[in-house]
Amino acid sequence: MKSVCFYFQVHQPYRVKRYRVFDIGNDPEYFNDRGESDLNNRKIVEKVARKSYIPATRLILDLLKRYPNFKVSYSFSGIALEQIERYAPEALDLFKQVVETGRAEVLAETYFHSLAFFYSQPEFERQVAMHRELIRKHFGVWPRVFRNTELSYRNDLAHWADRNGYAGIIAEGWDPILGWRSPNYVYKPVGANNVRLLMKNYRLSDDVAFRFSSRSWSEWPLTTEKYGQWLGVAEGDTVNLFMDYETFGEHQWEDTGIFHFLEALPDEVFRNPGLDFKTPSEVIASYEPRGEIDMPSVVTWADTDRDLTAWVGNPMQEAAIKAVYNLEDKVLDVNDHKLIEDWRRLQTSDHFYYMCTKWFSDGDVHAYFSPYESPYDAYIAYMNALSDLRLRLEKRKA
Amino acid sequence: MFGWEFPPHNSGGLGVACFGLTRALSQLGLDVIFVMPKKLNVGAPWARFVFADMPHVKFRGINSSVTAYQTSSKTSMMSIRRNGAEIYGNDLMSDVLRYALAGREIALEEDFDVIYAHDWLSFGAGIMAKEATGKPLIAHVHATEIDRTGGRSSVNPDVFELEKEGMEAANVVVAVSEYTKQMIVKEYGIPASKIRVVHNGIDDETMPKPGGWLPRLRQLKSSGFKIVLFLGRVTLQKGPDYFIRVAKRVTEKNPKVVFILSGSGDMEGSIMQLAAQLGVSDKVLFTGFVTGPERYEMYAAADLFAMPSVSEPFGITPLEAMKTGTPVLVSKQSGISEVVKHALKVDFWDVDEMANKILTLVDHPGLSQTLSENAVMEANRLTWMEAGKKVDSIIQEVA
Repeated sequence: MKSVCFYFQVHQPYRVKRYRVFDIGNDPEYFNDRGESDLNNRKIVEKVARKSYIPATRLILDLLKRYPNFKVSYSFSGIALEQIERYAPEALDLFKQVVETGRAEVLAETYFHSLAFFYSQPEFERQVAMHRELIRKHFGVWPRVFRNTELSYRNDLAHWADRNGYAGIIAEGWDPILGWRSPNYVYKPVGANNVRLLMKNYRLSDDVAFRFSSRSWSEWPLTTEKYGQWLGVAEGDTVNLFMDYETFGEHQWEDTGIFHFLEALPDEVFRNPGLDFKTPSEVIASYEPRGEIDMPSVVTWADTDRDLTAWVGNPMQEAAIKAVYNLEDKVLDVNDHKLIEDWRRLQTSDHFYYMCTKWFSDGDVHAYFSPYESPYDAYIAYMNALSDLRLRLEKRKA
Repeated sequence: MFGWEFPPHNSGGLGVACFGLTRALSQLGLDVIFVMPKKLNVGAPWARFVFADMPHVKFRGINSSVTAYQTSSKTSMMSIRRNGAEIYGNDLMSDVLRYALAGREIALEEDFDVIYAHDWLSFGAGIMAKEATGKPLIAHVHATEIDRTGGRSSVNPDVFELEKEGMEAANVVVAVSEYTKQMIVKEYGIPASKIRVVHNGIDDETMPKPGGWLPRLRQLKSSGFKIVLFLGRVTLQKGPDYFIRVAKRVTEKNPKVVFILSGSGDMEGSIMQLAAQLGVSDKVLFTGFVTGPERYEMYAAADLFAMPSVSEPFGITPLEAMKTGTPVLVSKQSGISEVVKHALKVDFWDVDEMANKILTLVDHPGLSQTLSENAVMEANRLTWMEAGKKVDSIIQEVA
């Protein structure tokens, strides 16, 4: 038997509004853009819920009802769930119904979708704990498989997950790491005891997430039959299809046929007696690890570089991320919930991604995902908001 | 090819553009006859140096005493066609018309395939050459009268007419930016299908050279001041008044920033007055017109180069600054803002946003460092050879 393992990432950052030098000391709200731009978080969440979260989750729910052996999994950032609860409660309700079926696993991650693991482990652990509580509150489950922001992974992260009793952890199935090996097996992280590693099959994942509607792709149009066939012939125990949930309806619009594709897929998979669906926990329980994976330096799922340079690759990004983590002790020292929360919202990886200047090789992806006119504008808004936060901090202490 | 000025005897970007483009075309193997409205001593040392690597270029001058960037009088192309050769008068328009007549003579003497004319000053010569020979005309628009005067209401109607007539007579119009193309469509009624965009480039040869000595700048820097530089003609089109207003807004928040206004022009007096009125006379330094190595040092010393132009067809000075590794801030009402990514961009009227960007930049080295690193790489990619290749293919298309 070979399994198809879906994991969908649901995440929305709190985008920083156009925060100017002149606002420092005068405006303690950084995330409340109410204009027509894509910095209006409410507007974005409403739009994405309408185009993607609601129709996609309705469909998944329907598929779970139609096919008793269909399985999926989700990872929700805490701040996405907060915003969905506030601006698109219908979507949250649908997510709850999906999880209630018992055939949708929810993964663990950091509440603020941050890169805290690489900058402050105590802060990282606090955010993971907050996230666990939130998932428990909304869905009544404790996550058992961990996925870190942007699929960023390193050996020591696996060791941390191991020590903390996670059954599994997720990483990019990146060729330079795998070498001749296939991502389609369960692996053991080097130096870990019980935790298992699931690796994204980025080719088959990206066929759906990135290439589905690309007319210049030689395989366009991607039919369910063709894709089912590829899954059928893939070597290994598990095909890990990990992608942003917005693939369905937002990155690939409804008129590309993406929903029809998803709707027809379970039937296509079940038609092949050698294939089934499993959740990450089930995959880990069902298959023996086929070797050890060693990732001494950070691997992510972004760009052609698959490292952290999309977030901390230029002097602006480095300065910004250092500046926010430098405030840790001082922020946690004052007993101000709103201030701590704002500081954590400023740790979300998206802020640093918007400052990325690798436009000439990976340009399109960044341009598409940034609500700012330029990475420089992203940095200016961010640093000014952070200056205001610092000022609030000083006032609290005085 | 009809031009108006050529380095080093030029007072603006047009000569530099003609030089860069002519050299690229020559290196691409085209034979260029470059005509100018003045006598040229190509044997002079500067000329030998400048023209050494342009094997396929022949220079021709005619007798005339003209300089660009003046404004003018009442005559028209119609009147030279009617009245023939005799044009009296010492103003710019008379020079332009005299040049147009000479253009006809030269066209009849020389052997060539395509006529190429740069800006309205030489459009007359282009039109007359086309009428005389029936050969195709390409009109290259580096700036329009609308840019120069800041709006339709104050244009010189003769200049506007000559621009329009040149573009209408041309088989293809080359615009230095998408911004200029849109303006040509909207203001001059030229069909978009006839216009091609060819962005300017920048070469090391056309860059000012280092080695200038500016003790005052060094002194400012060593006392911890950040320098914001304006370099260009002090005239409505370039937005020097916005520069002064920004200086006010920035320095009231951060007194360790100085603004240097470098250049001369018809608004010099009123700009100094404005600085005094706003109480920033001690925050704004006026240097007058600066060229050569001093210009290079000015770029290099600045922490930010600002071009707040009200309407800028292209804007070569930000590229020069970028080449020296200095971050730039440009108005969105410019051609350069559509070409470069690694620049801060603002609407020229948004003084608060300009101040916001400047204040953030001087406080956060991460921003200037990232801009600087990328600016150098980006400017180095924008060469005249790239522009030359596009112009070459347009020439092949009409020939």
